[in-house]
Amino acid sequence: MHRFANPARFLKIARPATTWLFVLGLLLTGVGLFGGLTLTPPDYLQGETVRIMYVHVPSAWLGMAGWAGIAAASVAQLVWRHPLAAVAGRALAPAGATFAGICLLTGSIWGRPTWGTWWEWDGRLTSMLILFFLYLGYIALAGAEKERGGEGRIAALFGLVGAVNLPVIHYSVLWWRTLHQGQSIGTSGSSIDSSILWPLPLAALGFSCLFGAAVLMRMRAELAESKVEARLRRAAAE
Amino acid sequence: MSHWAFVTAAYSVAAVATVCLLAWAYSTMRKAEAAADELKNRR
Repeated sequence: MHRFANPARFLKIARPATTWLFVLGLLLTGVGLFGGLTLTPPDYLQGETVRIMYVHVPSAWLGMAGWAGIAAASVAQLVWRHPLAAVAGRALAPAGATFAGICLLTGSIWGRPTWGTWWEWDGRLTSMLILFFLYLGYIALAGAEKERGGEGRIAALFGLVGAVNLPVIHYSVLWWRTLHQGQSIGTSGSSIDSSILWPLPLAALGFSCLFGAAVLMRMRAELAESKVEARLRRAAAE
Repeated sequence: MSHWAFVTAAYSVAAVATVCLLAWAYSTMRKAEAAADELKNRR
């Protein structure tokens, strides 16, 4: 990890990786969603609405993965003072917030025909909404800290504390009575029939690549902005 | 209401939000890198 502490070395890898992730993401997402919309059969109980799974589930995973990434960056920031950790945290937050938002909206749209309601204040939905608000708080806090010239330690602490919400989201369907279905995909397999399941990993991998491309683009933007600020400061001092 | 209306709405939300995220990330990156290059070339 410390090999990439040098921004120049990081950029050497990030530049081609951004393009590859973007292209691969478009391809995999396109194939996954096309398969999910046209090639899979409707569910015997949910009918055609089961197809919402191919956008809802990857966005839920990425919403949570984004905060797990922020927590990892926070550790790197607080323990090793890794120079790219704060940049990574700030770059992960908008992408994570977007996918948490997509998860909430598509879940609400899926809930109406399936449960008969757009929203229910149960454990899974509420903890996911809290994650979305945590993202907004992190974006505001990290942005304000950067503007004041801080190192990003307060935002890193917030990122670590917010990670407590991740197991709450994951286990909410076990801890509380909920409208949301229990875990259907685990390490031991899946309860979803393979004729319906197969586009899901493609869509999830595709959205993950697009997520990665967006994060790398934001990191590159942050590094370029820092370079401009440093040059202007140096020029003003001369 | 047809099931397909809900499917279309969900896919539209996901597509629009993902495209907006990528477009914003790309435009901020291009702008920042162009500014950095311009400053570098000016010196």
